[in-house]
Amino acid sequence: MRKLTRRALARQGLVAGTLAAGLSSQALTSRSASAQTPAVTPKKGGTLNTILTPEPPVLVLGVNNQGPTQLAASKLYQGLLQYSFKLEPLPQLAKSWTLSDDKKTYTFKLQENVKFHDGHPMTADDVIFSIMKYHTELSPRAKPIFANIESATAPDPLTVVLTLKRPFEPFLLMFDATASAIVPKHIYDGTEYRTNPANQKPIGTGPFQFVEWQRGNFIRMKRFADYWGKDQPYLDEIIYRIIPDSQSRALALQTGQVQLTQANDIEPFDVPRFKAMPNLEVQLIGWEYSSQLAWIEINHRVKPLGDVRVRQAINMAIDRNFIRDRLWFGIGKQATGPICSTTKFYDPAVAKLSGYNPKAAMALLDAAGLKPDAKGIRFTIKHMPLPYGEVWTRFSEYFRTSLRQIGIEVVLETVDAGAWARRIGDWDYETSVNFLSQFGDPTLGVERSYVSTNIKKVTFTNTGGYANPKVDELFTTARDADDPKVRQEAFSAVQKILCEEVPQIWFLELAWPTIHDKKLHNVIKTATGPNSSFDNVFLS
Amino acid sequence: MGGVHFARFLAQRVIKMAVMVFAIVTANFLLVHAAPGDPASVMAGEAGAADPQFLAQLRTQFGLDQPLSTQLWLYVSNVAHGDLGMSYRQQRPVAGLIAERLSATLLLTGTAFILAILLGVTLGALAARRVGRTSDSLITVLALGLYATPLFWVGLMLVLVFSVWLDWLPSFGMNTVGANLTGFAAVLDTARYLLLPALTLGLFYMAVYARLTRAAMLEVASQDFVRTARAKGVPEGAVQRRHILRNALLPVITVAGMQLGQLIGGSILVETVFAWPGIGRLAFDALLARDYQILLGVFLVTSVMVLFFNLLTDLLYALIDPRVEVM
Repeated sequence: MRKLTRRALARQGLVAGTLAAGLSSQALTSRSASAQTPAVTPKKGGTLNTILTPEPPVLVLGVNNQGPTQLAASKLYQGLLQYSFKLEPLPQLAKSWTLSDDKKTYTFKLQENVKFHDGHPMTADDVIFSIMKYHTELSPRAKPIFANIESATAPDPLTVVLTLKRPFEPFLLMFDATASAIVPKHIYDGTEYRTNPANQKPIGTGPFQFVEWQRGNFIRMKRFADYWGKDQPYLDEIIYRIIPDSQSRALALQTGQVQLTQANDIEPFDVPRFKAMPNLEVQLIGWEYSSQLAWIEINHRVKPLGDVRVRQAINMAIDRNFIRDRLWFGIGKQATGPICSTTKFYDPAVAKLSGYNPKAAMALLDAAGLKPDAKGIRFTIKHMPLPYGEVWTRFSEYFRTSLRQIGIEVVLETVDAGAWARRIGDWDYETSVNFLSQFGDPTLGVERSYVSTNIKKVTFTNTGGYANPKVDELFTTARDADDPKVRQEAFSAVQKILCEEVPQIWFLELAWPTIHDKKLHNVIKTATGPNSSFDNVFLS
Repeated sequence: MGGVHFARFLAQRVIKMAVMVFAIVTANFLLVHAAPGDPASVMAGEAGAADPQFLAQLRTQFGLDQPLSTQLWLYVSNVAHGDLGMSYRQQRPVAGLIAERLSATLLLTGTAFILAILLGVTLGALAARRVGRTSDSLITVLALGLYATPLFWVGLMLVLVFSVWLDWLPSFGMNTVGANLTGFAAVLDTARYLLLPALTLGLFYMAVYARLTRAAMLEVASQDFVRTARAKGVPEGAVQRRHILRNALLPVITVAGMQLGQLIGGSILVETVFAWPGIGRLAFDALLARDYQILLGVFLVTSVMVLFFNLLTDLLYALIDPRVEVM
């Protein structure tokens, strides 16, 4: 057995491989995910007021996995692991873990004295139930991966052994609270998970326990006295206020009525003024795990968008620097290809999209036989802006203006979120905007948008209908190989092809501003940023 | 009017209302299902990952795989039995969700309504009595200004002044969370949160009532019976109150009756700006999420209230003006 814990790695001096990268001696002694020792000693007490928007339907991970649910419920539930900014696994409910030499058997040692909020001890049975039954049934994301588990056994109450049918290199990236939270078996086993009445009062192992939820007003959680982390958590309470209007949210932060905002609480155009406030800190890290990539969603079935020259022309008609600096006010990073620079196996040597060049774009359209008419219009396409806030509307307006310059008329069709999801899922669109999480590894979060086997009538699949046998083959190679080197070669090759064929027109690696009072410490310490447990967060 | 006569009138109205409610329920049901998208596709769109089985599972669970006519029949018969159903997303009874939020809205809109009536009628009466003088001009200008200003802008300005500059009042929410206040302290606490949104919502209607009262009073004041009252020596104060104002109130009541109906659903904007946990936002969120059950429940409750307030207005007419017969 090859030991993969941080302690063991350091002892054996193993520095090769992705898991060992970036280990520090400080991380060895600290139990928490902190990459560095905090400058201020943790202080107990205090209430953190923050914002949650939009209001989630329930706070049980698995039953609901949307962004706001992850944000609040990650304080109530925990996973086996969490991740460093470089996506190395760090302990959470699993104290340590090992991988067998045939790379098929993972053995997790669990933390001792872990209790659920109702007082029941958490054991290996809860872990096996959560993985094998609960998430496998509820989560479209976990299902195909956990289906590869041949057996799950518990040799003792604090050990879980998962044996895979085939080796799966990104397996350890599936154990964050937001991917597979550990839920109590005694409450959920044998019930209908989605309609279980216990969903109204979430019970997890997290550092905070649910107190009350006044719909439309606030969610309140308090310190869990029996939390397994020594002296943790430090905060007495966390209160999530539901504030639907973005300007009211900005005002709440400005006046100090809340001490923390995250995700899309604050619109990008408001961020510069908060950067200027001396009592606040603006952080743009903490999204490495989700690594969301935004793109112009192209329906390849609509003529002439199936023509690679047309897509390349559109690709060269947009100025990613302008988008990043003027629309997103410097938040995020210009996209260079289908894989985010923060996701594993990103290859800067081949991820090189053609840059902004309207002249070359027009030449490509001419070559494709799409000549402008008397009004200078070559063809007209429809475009559905993403109904998720002001900045996306601004982007779509920019898109229309940019394409008009190369002779493509864009007609905007504004829809709400319900209609948007339905129409993308039904392939009933010409162009739109979309963003997807990559979950650390291209096999987990990139492959799904480009392989022809995943052309399905539902959102988050290859809804554009792009099909290239070579791309299918490379993604399969990368999925099946257990050697990171083989996977890197396949991913590099696929990045090269995709950058040439631009099946979707990627424009921005998203980051979301986390803005907090400087008195609040340890807010962003892992690759899941504000979606982590906050057991080490304190107010000074 | 006689007791029997009144009872017949009431019975007729109630039967009419029941038929109306049935028609409303059916129309609403067909309307919300006509919107593109359904709760399952919205939830798939939020999940970050989805597959067709996941969608099918959700649709089966929500009963959305049944023919629309079956769904309509199920819904109508449930409503007839007093069951508004379960929210798809929240898995909680719709009646409970609405009850939770209705009180917040009624508190907000009720306060705004009372503020608007009291201030509006007082200002209007004052202006009518001092017509042509400076105070009349001031009131008229104020009313016109408030009438023409968009609600949300008034709200933002109030917040800017009272929350940001003066730091007297909180800018969002309904109460101090976790303070565990009881009795008078709790009332006072809620009142502090209530003041800005209620003012924002009430100022517009105050302007309407002020203009209406002034105009109606001036019109009534020129009528013969007022001259007669003055001629027979009724004191001026009594003329204003009993003869002019009482007669001028009829159009105000008509508008107020209509406003009462609107107050339930018409506060979405104010509820959003001030993060007030009312029913308007519940409906709006349900609309975006295509949570049909909540949406239909809110429509039902609000339409029943509108019908009820209309009945109330008709009865009030008779009370204020005995010449009006309820029929």
